[in-house]
Amino acid sequence: MSSSSLSVQGLAKRYGDFVALAPTDLVVADGEFLTLLGPSGSGKTTLLSLLAGLVPPDGGSVRIGSQDVTYAPPYERDIGVVFQNYALFPHMTIEENIAFPLKMRKVGAADAKRRAREALEMVHLPHIAGRYPRELSGGQQQRVALARCMVYKPSIILMDEPLGALDKKLREHMQLEIKRLHREMGTTVVYVTHDQEEAMTMSDRICLMNAGRIEQLGTPADLYFRPRSLFVADFLGESNILPAALRSRSGDEVEIGLGTQGIPGRALANGNDLPPGTEVRVMVRPQNLTVARGAGNAAGGLQGRVSEVMVTGSLTKVYMEPLDGKLPPLVAAFPTRNEADAVRIDDVLTLSWSGRDAVVIADAARAAGTA
Amino acid sequence: MTMTHAASAKRHSPPPAWRKPVLMGAPLVLLLVAFLVFPVGQLLALSVYNGQGFTLAPYAQLFASSLYVTVLWITLKISLATTLVAVVAAYPVAYLISIAKGPAKSRLIFWVLLSFWTSFLVRAFAWVVILGRNGVVNSTLMSLGIIDSPADLLYGFGAVLVGMVHAMLPLAVMTMLAVMENIDRTLPRAAGTLGAKPGTAFWTVYFPLSLPGVAASAIMVFVSAIGFFIVPALLGGRKETMITQLIIDQVQQTLNWGLAGAISVLLLTVVLVVFVLYDRVFGFASLTGESAVVRNRDTAMRRLGGRVLAALGSASDALIGLLPRRHPLRGRSEKPVALTAFVWLLLVLISLPAFLMIPLSVGKGGLAWPPSGFTLQWYQQLLDSPIWMQALWRSIVVAFGTGLLSMAIGVPAAFLMVRSRMRGKGAMLAFILSPIVVPRMIIAVGMFYVFAQMGLVGTILGLVIGHTVVAVPYVVMTMMAVLRNYDTRLDLAAQSLGARPLAALRHVTFPILGAGMLSSFLFAFATSFDELTISLFSSGGLSATLPKQFWDEVTLQVSPVIAAVSTGLLLFVATLIFVADRLRRRSLAG
Repeated sequence: MSSSSLSVQGLAKRYGDFVALAPTDLVVADGEFLTLLGPSGSGKTTLLSLLAGLVPPDGGSVRIGSQDVTYAPPYERDIGVVFQNYALFPHMTIEENIAFPLKMRKVGAADAKRRAREALEMVHLPHIAGRYPRELSGGQQQRVALARCMVYKPSIILMDEPLGALDKKLREHMQLEIKRLHREMGTTVVYVTHDQEEAMTMSDRICLMNAGRIEQLGTPADLYFRPRSLFVADFLGESNILPAALRSRSGDEVEIGLGTQGIPGRALANGNDLPPGTEVRVMVRPQNLTVARGAGNAAGGLQGRVSEVMVTGSLTKVYMEPLDGKLPPLVAAFPTRNEADAVRIDDVLTLSWSGRDAVVIADAARAAGTA
Repeated sequence: MTMTHAASAKRHSPPPAWRKPVLMGAPLVLLLVAFLVFPVGQLLALSVYNGQGFTLAPYAQLFASSLYVTVLWITLKISLATTLVAVVAAYPVAYLISIAKGPAKSRLIFWVLLSFWTSFLVRAFAWVVILGRNGVVNSTLMSLGIIDSPADLLYGFGAVLVGMVHAMLPLAVMTMLAVMENIDRTLPRAAGTLGAKPGTAFWTVYFPLSLPGVAASAIMVFVSAIGFFIVPALLGGRKETMITQLIIDQVQQTLNWGLAGAISVLLLTVVLVVFVLYDRVFGFASLTGESAVVRNRDTAMRRLGGRVLAALGSASDALIGLLPRRHPLRGRSEKPVALTAFVWLLLVLISLPAFLMIPLSVGKGGLAWPPSGFTLQWYQQLLDSPIWMQALWRSIVVAFGTGLLSMAIGVPAAFLMVRSRMRGKGAMLAFILSPIVVPRMIIAVGMFYVFAQMGLVGTILGLVIGHTVVAVPYVVMTMMAVLRNYDTRLDLAAQSLGARPLAALRHVTFPILGAGMLSSFLFAFATSFDELTISLFSSGGLSATLPKQFWDEVTLQVSPVIAAVSTGLLLFVATLIFVADRLRRRSLAG
């Protein structure tokens, strides 16, 4: 059995009729960086609060290390929590804030002071020990909150949207900082965010949540390239999700026919074992579509008329209305080229892709609702 | 393995959810049941039970002569007039405080608080001196040659109204301010950008939003006024007798408990009717400054109100237009000069009476105006008087006891009211605040009756319990306001960092709430220190508190020693407010 620092079984929480968290299982490995990702109301903060012991569950169990802590109060859990607003104590200096958990653990004053100073050095703020929280900038408060959490080396650190209040540049900087600290400390981290880019950048694994349950759990690449549901495909980054029918299967790839005209193409079966003729969805990421000018040579290929061109810096995005009117609008992305080659509105383009870059999503039931 | 697992799971199973709220709320509920509901119930029961059986004799007596109904009518008239004048005068003061910033705001609040906390007795007594035959007004007018002989200013409706308004104005300001502070100040400005002139912006946007504050302040003033007896007793004549004075007479002179009970029923009924009407129109939530939103109903009344306000707005804009036009964007046109001047004039007027006690207390000529010479003999008399000194000492002990007991009982209840999501919270809050609603006189008389049976009359414990009943609602209210501004995540953070609940309270919650808790304590302390109604009966004949001793002196004889006591009380209150403000600032500065 691999060492797990956290395991959750059948954990559930409801508020009246509202299911905040359906019975959920989750195992987090020792030293892992796991992100709980999802839209607001998806249950990620509820799950975090249950792990932290801030609210009691309705059922199920939580184990930290070898201990059952399902109903244990926060102070008996050996956890650290970084709150969204940092929750630094306004009446204590930075050093007193950081030494607080040590004081609660009956560490001697001199020792606590030394360790608080060390923690401040780890977050590169050794000079602010005597100041008060309100005298610090948002980024500094964030680091102090991290230092306060790390100083007593809890076996798990829980972070609730810790970068939500920072501006974009500072946020990116702090993402790197948290990654570095995670590497140096080797602590297990459970991190909550609704920012999919942040989740992709930081996590070993992402636990994508929706409507109180886990939608998919896997590495960022799993979720990005091999979504198991339309929700996942749609939530992480931009995508083309096209209706298709299965034709035949060869190895892990399948032949498909897109739209009403059955435009031929290939895609990964993505673990689905469905009989030919099944209606499915196929997802291709914009940057995996190859764009050719004009009607192209392959008759009946996927074609679209350009409706909008956006240069976003390194990438140029092209939005198209497919010539097959039954298909949804398309988007392709490619490295921005010199102006002479630029695509213009109303150009007709032909799109192709490698079978390794498209995946089948057997989610016809929800397709109507989401697409 | 499974055995230990099950055992540990059992050990960690959560405590029953009801236990904590009950422990937090029970002491306060028990206190109020035993020393508010029970005594008041007893008193009311006495009006229909004469020791042998059911009787309606007290009510027959009540309605037999026109006396009691007439007095009730006078009481209502005085209370309504007081409410009207106090609320209208309080509005500009509260408005200016709510828009003022920094030191200017602190100064304004200091003067309002000083009046608020200066004993009712001192302020009423000051008016006796000001309006008396040899008082400030008459002497001044005569020396200016405006009148030849002193006018009878005291003992009339005018004197009572002046005294009552003066007594109630600070309360009106503080209640209104609670709502005004929560009004988004950008809204009138937004109205300006949308094309409303200043007058229209005020009357159609700001004023409707401040109405719940006006209503809250009106009902607080009305309910306090209707149960008041100090001002009418000292400043009124026979035609200004208020209903509470009749209750005192029945209990202290004729010992007619049945009639006292019947009058109490009458008074309580009036108050309850007023409160029910208030709740129908505004809702009780506006009393705690919680909501600044008038219930939105499109009624004819509302439309009419809207039209009246729009007309008021246009009228004020027309008036403003008549004034010489300053360049609105240049200079310091943002400052409402006229308003500031008016408010300061008002504050000087309400502070002045108490300050007149200072020269009188060191004058040789007794209480006649103008004071002449300088002497400290009145202070010497005061210090040499064992009666005054014992009363002072007793008051301090009782006030401390009341402060401590109110905090011990009120703080957990405030936590419960703010933090828990239990059902029936509204009803519980109404119950906790009921000592404010029930006229003090009824509580005092009922408590006297019960204390007499329990042997608590004339004891420190009895006074502490009695004062706690009336002080604890203020503690709960101020603590609730403090707790609403407190970020509970700090507690969760402390717990997640390893602090057990008590350690979290000690190291995090209480230090941060320190200033708020101190002001709650001072609120309870001052309430007790100035309490007269309960002490009037329950202190017994011999163990008077300071206000009781003051009352006895004032009603029997008027001596300059009273001026010395008043000066002492004024300085004491000023020091208290100053120290509390300092402490609050220091705790904010970290």
